[in-house]
Formats: sequence, structure tokens, C-alpha cells
Amino acid sequence: MELLAFGKTGWGDELFYATLMTLAVSITAMLIGFFFALIFTPLKLSKHKSLNLIGNFYTTVIRGVPELLVIYLFFFGGSGAIMFVASIFGYYEYIEINAFITGSFAIGIISGAYSTEVFRGAIQSIDKGQFEASKVLGIKKHIQFYKIILPQMLRLAIPNLSNVWQITLKDTSLISVTGLVEIMRQSYIAAGSTRDPLFFYSFAAVLYLLLTYLSMKLINKLEVKYSRGF
Amino acid sequence: MLGSFPKLLSATVITLKLLSLSLFFGLFIGLLFAILRMNKNPIVNKFAYGYSYVFRGTPLLVQIFIIYFGLGQIEYLRSTFLWMILKEPYWCAIIAFALNTGAYTSEILRSAFQTIKPGLIEAGKSLGISNKVIFYKIQIPIAIKQSLPAYGNEIILMLKGTSLASTVTLMDLTGVAKYIISTTFKPIEVFIVAGGIYLFMTFCVHNLIKFLEKKYGFQT
Repeated sequence: MELLAFGKTGWGDELFYATLMTLAVSITAMLIGFFFALIFTPLKLSKHKSLNLIGNFYTTVIRGVPELLVIYLFFFGGSGAIMFVASIFGYYEYIEINAFITGSFAIGIISGAYSTEVFRGAIQSIDKGQFEASKVLGIKKHIQFYKIILPQMLRLAIPNLSNVWQITLKDTSLISVTGLVEIMRQSYIAAGSTRDPLFFYSFAAVLYLLLTYLSMKLINKLEVKYSRGF
Repeated sequence: MLGSFPKLLSATVITLKLLSLSLFFGLFIGLLFAILRMNKNPIVNKFAYGYSYVFRGTPLLVQIFIIYFGLGQIEYLRSTFLWMILKEPYWCAIIAFALNTGAYTSEILRSAFQTIKPGLIEAGKSLGISNKVIFYKIQIPIAIKQSLPAYGNEIILMLKGTSLASTVTLMDLTGVAKYIISTTFKPIEVFIVAGGIYLFMTFCVHNLIKFLEKKYGFQT
């Protein structure tokens, strides 16, 4: 137990901050994912073939390629891409992007592909009459979306989004390969310096279980809230 | 870029080996725990539930690290024959993958068994068919049919999961891709080739499952 003490003698405080880091990356990645879903869901639902193709390309490629490969692409290719853009504007110095930003972007793009599928499914399962009725009533397109479609969609999407959240949370463990100090990386460091990998990796597993368990409890509450009246 | 293609292809063989072996063992583990989950004894039931909860609630990376780095720490294990297996990263990865996919498979199979209408089993019983035959001839074919779409997804998830073997020094497709990226600094080209190979494999699995779904698409 003294291994987990807070302060200089143990790894308690380090692991605590690492847990916060995992949470921060997961939430950022989830939000970036929503942003991507916001762009790609309309594309997937669009009637134009070419727009449709772009949307399908995104979700198919990202869901068919291992997460680790996407992370390596961002880790090795990210700063190169930024430097290329910067060189257009006449900036030639070396730019290093923060591991947090690369990591949450990589995971965000992955989680976005899953969120896109969830939103597409939710919108498609809303009764057609809802769209038609609001059109007949002369409701403007954006008000129709915010006041009529979105509330119904959320109810249907929340259970699946909670799955996406779980996947995202677990995927953040892969960012440890880029050196960002989250739970996995911190356990790796601690295991290396104490030569007690069994204990630290098991403890990491417990921390992840705790995070998934607590977030499930929270999401269940949201689910109850949004399914009022059904 | 073209020069790296043969290297990536030969690494694909390792990925496929990892995938097929872990799916093979995972299916048995999954079936075992699905049967335990449906057991009426609360202790057996809870144990099976706990297994699937823990393995589904933690990242696969943690599971591999516990098995590869963690188990080697136990002195006792080093003296048994198990050490022959556990000192190899290849088998450690397969054990971790099999346990992980076993947890997901057990959930898929359990829900497949539970959706079988009780009337079908009762009909079998009233015809005087023995419990064993009911299980093999009625429950199993229906469960296979019900679980095919979800199991197809699980195969694809596992295919992507095998990429984690590269973190325990195995040179699978992702491991080789990373090696080539870090020596040539051409991340995008390598990503396109390696990603293309993965996509092709996903495509094959997807179509295989579709074919099987058609084949087992009887009405129940």
C-alpha cells in the first residue's frame, strides 16, 4: 500500500493526476468527435451521391483501420503537416505539437466516426411524419432541427452514445505510446521504476473499471431524464 | 513506398495468425461463459458476469500488459511449465486477445440464447427430444443465426485489436508499419498502404458474414 502513498514516497498523487488526464483526453476527444459527427452526419444523410460518398468514406475507413495506426499517423505525421501549412505562410522553424492535442485529435476522429453512425441511425429512426408535420406548420429548418428533431434524436442516441463514450475512454489508453502521461503511461513509468508491473497494471485496470462504472451511472441518469414521457 | 509493400504483406500473415488463434480460443471461452451466465446458481452466474464486466470495462492494452509484464513477476509461475508459454510475447498476446474476445463473445452468445423463443424448446421437449439433442439441434443453430451480425462486428474489432500486439514487441502489420514510419518518416504513405490492407481484411470479413447470414437466414 505504501506504493500508492501520496507525496514523494508513493505513486498515489501521480496516478491521481494521470486519471484526471485520461478523463480530460476522453472528454476532449468526445467533443472533437461530436464536432466531426456534426459535419459528417448531414453528409451521410445527404441526397447527393458525392457528398454521401465522402461521409461513407470517413466512417468506413476510420472504423476499419486500427486505432493504433491512426494514432501513429497523427503522432508521426501531425507536426509535419502543421509545419507544411506553416511553411506556406513563411514560417520555417520546427513546430512540435503537444501530445495532448495530437492524442485527443486522433481519438476524436475515431470517436467521431462512431458518433456519426449513432446520429445517423437516430435521425433515420425518427418518424417521417415529424419532418412533414413541422414543414406543413411552416417551421423554419433550423428551428425544426433544434426544437423537434434534436430532442427526439437525443433520446434515441444516448444509449448508443454511452457505448461510444466507453470505446473512447478505453481508446485513450493507446495514447500512452506517444508519451502523454495518462493512466497507462503513468503505470508504465511506475512499473518500470518499482519493478512491480503486476501491481501497477492491475491498479490501472481498477482505475479504468472505476471510470467506466461511474460514467455508466451518470449516463443512466441522463437516459432517464431524456426519456421522460415515453 | 512500393518497397515497403512486401514487408507489410508478410507482417499481415502474423496479424492473421493472431486473429485466427485468438478467435478460435475466444469462441470456446465465450461459449463456456455464456453457459455459465445462464446457470441458475447465483455464484456461478455472478462469476461469469464479473468476468465479462472486467474484460469489457478495461482497455485491451492493460490486459496485454498485465499478462505480458505482470505475470512474469510471479516467481512461482516461472518454475512451472506455464512459463514456456508466458515468456513468449506471441502467446501472451493471444491469451490476452482470447480472454478479451471471449468476454464479448459470451455476451453475444448469451443474448442470442435468450432470444430463442421458449416455445421452440417446449415443443422439442413435448416431442420427447432429449435435452442434449435440443441444445445441439435447436438452440445452437438458432443462436448461431442470431449472433452472426454481432459476431461479425466482434471479428472486425478483434482484427483491429491485434494491432496492440505491436506494443509487446511483436512485428505484426501495425508494428512493421510503425517501424517503417519511424525509419522513413513517410507516415501518410505507409498509413495508406497498411490501412488499405486492414480495410481489405475488414471488407472480406464483412462479406463472409453477409454470406453466412444468407446461408443461415432461415425463419424461426
